[in-house]
Formats: sequence, structure tokens, C-alpha cells
Amino acid sequence: MDTAVATQAKIKVKDLNFYYGKFHALKNINLEIPEKQVTAFIGPSGCGKSTLLRTFNRMFELYPEQRAEGSIELDGENLLTSKQDVALIRAKVGMVFQKPTPFPMSIYDNIAFGVKLFENLNASDMDERVEWALRKAALWTEVKDKLNQSGSGLSGGQQQRLCIARGIAIKPEVLLLDEPCSALDPISTAKVEELIIELKQDYTVVIVTHNMQQAARCSDNTAYMYLGDLVEFGQTEQIFFKPKRQETEDYITGRFG
Amino acid sequence: MPDKHLSSQFDADLNNLSSRVMEMGGLVESQIRQAVYALSHFNAEAAQTVLQVENRVNAFEVEIDRDVSSIIGRRQPTARDLRLLMAMSKTTANLERVGDEAAKIARMVNSIIDAGSPHSLPSSDLRVSADLASGLLRKALDAFARLDVPTAVSILREDDQIDQEFDGFVRKLITYMMEDPRTISASLDLLFVAKAIERIGDHAKNIAEFIIYVVKGEDVRHTPLADVESSLS
Repeated sequence: MDTAVATQAKIKVKDLNFYYGKFHALKNINLEIPEKQVTAFIGPSGCGKSTLLRTFNRMFELYPEQRAEGSIELDGENLLTSKQDVALIRAKVGMVFQKPTPFPMSIYDNIAFGVKLFENLNASDMDERVEWALRKAALWTEVKDKLNQSGSGLSGGQQQRLCIARGIAIKPEVLLLDEPCSALDPISTAKVEELIIELKQDYTVVIVTHNMQQAARCSDNTAYMYLGDLVEFGQTEQIFFKPKRQETEDYITGRFG
Repeated sequence: MPDKHLSSQFDADLNNLSSRVMEMGGLVESQIRQAVYALSHFNAEAAQTVLQVENRVNAFEVEIDRDVSSIIGRRQPTARDLRLLMAMSKTTANLERVGDEAAKIARMVNSIIDAGSPHSLPSSDLRVSADLASGLLRKALDAFARLDVPTAVSILREDDQIDQEFDGFVRKLITYMMEDPRTISASLDLLFVAKAIERIGDHAKNIAEFIIYVVKGEDVRHTPLADVESSLS
């Protein structure tokens, strides 16, 4: 399997197998997610891309009968066997879901809630942090005059950016995005994509998307998965212009049947 | 290996575009044939036919490029599909240039006829390279239709032969001009004709390079032949 780029790997996946009960959902996955780059997972429904993403912060542990074998190293430490509190792992590896999931509280508290769990900030520092996160998520100018209003009153695109702001407010190292734009209109999508490119200056971003053009537009590396296998992993430009595997070519050119 | 897109309309669009490129190629080939005939028989009528076809060739180029842009805009093609569309657009541009060269030959033939006594010059020598060049173009178009890489590589090789013929012909013309300065004016016309033929060979070679680009994803323009051969083997 090709490693994508010769920069430092933030996450190293080695011989990863994943099971939903008896169903073998990920088959011997090996790949390295480069630091401070955007890596996209593409593939048809059921190929395992979201499953793979969810192993990166042990989200699967919420459900019984799911287990992972092999190792996922974050900066050299195996997350699967780590004694670290899973909440701490998720503080380092943040996640944003397909549907915007604002908490039923004010815009301000949506951001502050997570920060309070990990840090003890005084009021002015917290104000600063909330503004910083909202600015990073390109939402500040739209909400700065209504921080005390409910987060669910925002538009879908704004809610999703609020969730991204919430994700980065606790200053994670890795941000996992699971279909972050599938419920958004093209303009909100463009803003989120702009944001993704912006975020990679500070974070390692991994995005799962059904939208191949989205992967082509905003990722540095692309992994194509099919039926639980990692078929091809390489630089996005290479994957979309000259894939090495016929299966990848068939999928991205729409010949997949 | 599935050969068809999920969208049959996409397949239909691509096939339609391919056949239009081939149609344009056929038209340009007939232009060269007429131009060569006009040259070897100093036939003004044949030269006129070449010039009349030019508008249709130009219209093909505009139409094909419009369709290529439309497919790119609607389908966002990737990988081989994208390379094929790029290659079609570039092939079309090359074919249009071949049409221009044929028109150039026709105009020179007219000018030689107008100047009188055309038969004193070695114009029949040009038939060899003209046949080589038009044969090469036909081969390039056939190879494009079949996306045939080995044939494309052989075209790169054969273009060298046309270039050598051209060099030989230039030396010969110089001899004529030195022996009899009255032939200079007509010789210069013939020199332009020879150059046009040599350019047709170059365009055929470009088309062959696009075939390699589509199939292998390698851009072999400006690459020495030996390197192309070794990179493909």
C-alpha cells in the first residue's frame, strides 16, 4: 500500500480489523494519516469509511458487540490499548457528525460547555476562547450579536459550523469530519470546505465524504475503500487524475456497478 | 472490468464526441489528399476545393470544444475520462492546424500556377513526404479511435523520417536556386509547401502523444523517443 506523503504521520493504522458482531467490517487496514494535512476517505456506502473514522477516537465503544483488533497509534501511542481516559482521547481527537448536533443551549454555551470539561478558564478567557473558536469556524461575524440565543435557531450551515467551532474550541490535535456537508446547501458547503482548508494549518483533518468532488477539492490525500478493504491511498491529485488501481478508476469515473 | 458508466447518457455523450473528432479527422484528411493532388498536377480546381472545406473544419473545432466544455461542466470527469476529453480538445486543435497547412499548400499551388512554368522544379519529390505525412495522420486518427499505444509509439518514430525528407528537399532546392536564380521565387513557394507537409507530420505526432496520455496518464510531450519507449515498457 502506498503511503501518501512524506510528512510526519499523526495517526498510524496498523493491521486494523474491525467487527460488528460477526461482521468483518474493516479488513487489515494499514495507513498513515499525515500531520496537518486533510485526508479524505471515499467509497460506496458500507465500504467501512465511517467505521474507520470512528475507530480514531474509539467512538465504537459506545456500542456493544463492536471490537477492533490491531493498532491505531496517535503520536506513537496505541489508542486501542491506551489506559488514557477515553474523554481525554476525544478531547485530542474531535469529531463532527453528518447532521449538525447543536446542544439545546445558547450559542455561547455550545462552545463553552466542552471547554469547561477540560479547562478552568475565567470569564474573560472563556469569552476569548469562544470568540476564537467562532472566528476559526468562520461564524463569528454572523453570530456575534446573538451569542445568547439558542444554537438550534441557526441555519443548517451555521449549525454545522457551530459544531466545528465546538470541536476546535477544546483545541484538539485531530478533527474527524463524518460527512460534514451532506445536509448543507452549496454555499454553506463551500464555507465549510474553505474552513477545512484553513483548519489544516493547525490540525490534522480526516474527512469522510460521499461527494467525490468534495474530496478532490479540499483534501491532500485520498483513500478509496471498498467492502472493508483499503483499495488505494495516495495524493488526491494522483487518485483523481491517474489512479493506480482499476477499482479506484472505475469508482471515481462512475463506472462502478 | 466494467466498461460503461453508470450514466448511459455520459457514454452516449462521449461516443458522440469521439465520432465527431473522427469525422473532422476524415474531412481534414480529404483536404490533404486534395492539396497533394493539386500540387502534383498543378490543378487550380483541386486547390480551390481545399480552401472551400476550411470553414467546415473550423466549425468542427468550435463545436467540439463547446461540447467538451459542456461535458466537463456537467459531469466533472476524472482520471481517464478527463484525460480523454483534454486529448479530444487538443486533437481537434491539431486537426484544425493541419487544415490550415493544407490550405497553405493550396494557396502556394495557386501562386506557382499564376507565376507560370511550374514544371521546372522538383515538386514531384514532395509527393513522397506528402504521402508519408497524410498516411501518418490517418494512422494517428485510427490509433486514437482504438486508443492504441503501440501504434502511437510507432508514429513518433515515423515522424522523424518526414523530418529527414524535409531536410533533404531543402538541400535540393538550394541547388536549384544556385544553378538558376530565376527559379528562386517558385522555389521559395515550394519550400513553404515542404514546410507545411513537415508540420502535418508534427501534428500527427502530437495526436499520437495524446493517445499515450489518455491510456497511460503519461505526458510524453517534449520527451526524447528513447525515454518514451523505456517509460512505457
